[in-house]
Amino acid sequence: MFFAHSVDYMAPDCDFLLATDADGTSTLTLSGVLTIAGVGALDHAMRREKPQFTNLDISGLEELDTAGAWLVWRLARDAGAQVVGAGEKAERLMSAVKCCSGDAPIAPPRAPPMIRIVETVGLVMIGLWQGSGAILSFLGALICALGNVIRHPSRIRWTALVRQTELVGVDALAIVGLMSFLVGVVIAQQGAVQLQQFGAEIYTVNLTGRISLRELGVLMTAIMVAGRSGSAFAAQIGTMKLTEEIDAMRTIGVSPMEALVLPRVMAAVFMMPLLGLYSALIAIVGGATISAFTLDIPFFNFLARVQEVVPLIDLWVGLIKGPVFGLIVAMTGCYQGMQVKGSSEEVGLRTTQAVVQAIFAVIVIDAFFAVFFSEVGWI
Amino acid sequence: MNDLAIRIEDLENRFGDHAVHEGLSLDVRRGEIIGVVGGSGTGKSVLMRSVIGLQTPSHGRIEVLGHEVGTPRAPGEADIRSRWGVLFQGGALFSTLTVAENVEVPLKEFYPDMDPELRHEIARYKVSLTGLPDNAAAKYPSELSGGMKKRAGLARALALDPELLFLDEPTAGLDPIGAAAFDSLTRELHETLGLTVFLITHDLDTLHEICDRVAVLADKKVIAVGTIPELMASDHPWIHEYFGGPRGRSALMARGGEAQDLGAKTHGLDSPNPAKA
Repeated sequence: MFFAHSVDYMAPDCDFLLATDADGTSTLTLSGVLTIAGVGALDHAMRREKPQFTNLDISGLEELDTAGAWLVWRLARDAGAQVVGAGEKAERLMSAVKCCSGDAPIAPPRAPPMIRIVETVGLVMIGLWQGSGAILSFLGALICALGNVIRHPSRIRWTALVRQTELVGVDALAIVGLMSFLVGVVIAQQGAVQLQQFGAEIYTVNLTGRISLRELGVLMTAIMVAGRSGSAFAAQIGTMKLTEEIDAMRTIGVSPMEALVLPRVMAAVFMMPLLGLYSALIAIVGGATISAFTLDIPFFNFLARVQEVVPLIDLWVGLIKGPVFGLIVAMTGCYQGMQVKGSSEEVGLRTTQAVVQAIFAVIVIDAFFAVFFSEVGWI
Repeated sequence: MNDLAIRIEDLENRFGDHAVHEGLSLDVRRGEIIGVVGGSGTGKSVLMRSVIGLQTPSHGRIEVLGHEVGTPRAPGEADIRSRWGVLFQGGALFSTLTVAENVEVPLKEFYPDMDPELRHEIARYKVSLTGLPDNAAAKYPSELSGGMKKRAGLARALALDPELLFLDEPTAGLDPIGAAAFDSLTRELHETLGLTVFLITHDLDTLHEICDRVAVLADKKVIAVGTIPELMASDHPWIHEYFGGPRGRSALMARGGEAQDLGAKTHGLDSPNPAKA
């Protein structure tokens, strides 16, 4: 919660006394301090005792606030009693609080769980259907924008493109490098443990080299770029949508597709294969490093052996997948950003969705690629 | 009990090299509505944040309701935060809770033993006390208009029956009718509940309508405090411009004052002013 601690001081008390007269009128007399700090205790006592009375004497109250006035008024209302001895302030407070009818719900009604489950499933399905339509039309708009820019090359936003290239590619070098190095270390080390059982630890080189170039380099990089840049695209464009910057662009005649989306998508498409290649190379270096320590394969021998055992086709497979993954990641990020409307809460929601969808789509497409390449014989 | 609700002495707030406040002092009396005005960037909000403890001043001393802000409270003393209520500019309602649940948050925090039924009742009457319809209690902040959000924020600020109420630009972004209604609500609650109100505003109508005194922030300090007629007698250029400018004059005209008199500078702040507001 947002307060650091709860209350630990003693609330001043309110005392009550029930007395019945000879003529049948019973009076509940309150005395002491009846403020927000004390209403809870008095309310508990009244709920427990359920006293019946016809008069409620509050002349003995030294202090009263609106919470106290509300409780006094409600006790009197529920018992059908009359409030006596109210001072000018008490009257004023009670007339202020009794405007409330007091039975309005405090939360909107909720449907029973079964209905809500069915409803949610239905809404998700409709969302999926409409979402796939919307992303297709987004892709269409992107292609149109690309066509426009190709016909009028002067409209390419070079500054934005270079800036995005720097953000997506150059700035990611450190983190992608570190990640790839460690992944290479893990593959080589774990692979060696298994292969040693057959006395085939020399195949660690094949394992590390081929898996890095063909699969892991570009896949891990795509996941990293989705987390770093896809989310940033969604958040930036989403915030611009909220602050009406994108509407402002449209009214000036600048196409947000050309000015915002295209540079980002192009940067991701250009940088993804380069980052993927870089990642694969660093992973091989990582594998070579750990092999030098644990397998007694000298570092440069490992690298030389990679050249012998890894076919060139693996490099092409990795390089072909790169731009596709870049397109998916950047397009999902920009699309989700453009979908933001209403509140700032939506920016967070859409950013999360952008990352989740991008990673999911990348893995699905990667599986398709794996099947495709083995079918065409590029093994 | 001392009769000052807030005492600020020699306050200094610095962000890097940039000093927002330097040697700022201000006293707020109990039971008054004090308006704080100043140009953009003169640190009105920073001042409020310092008073409510969200911003630690680089130097100086702030006492609120007899308690020095930023020091641990004495045993047996009520938490100072249960004795004030704050309305932030946008309402700052918790977006995942309904209006009534928002009002219940401070109640739950400070009085966890309270019966839930009583808590709901308190939340309901606070909501209607701030002029919202009964059905607003079950609505989420995203379903409310700007004016309703402010009222709901006010209901939450009033949840613990505070002695002191902080309002940060309560009428900013409201239409004139909504702003006038909010002004009269503030005045009404001030009179009914005996609140001390610390009000940051740009709205000249609000100043004329509900403020007992006005503090003017300029040159990193409070340059003048007083009733509006007293301030109008000042010859500080900013104050003169503020109250004597076209908007200041029309706000005064709306109150039946004589705008022409504003042009004539009088002597000091303490002198009685012929142009009565």
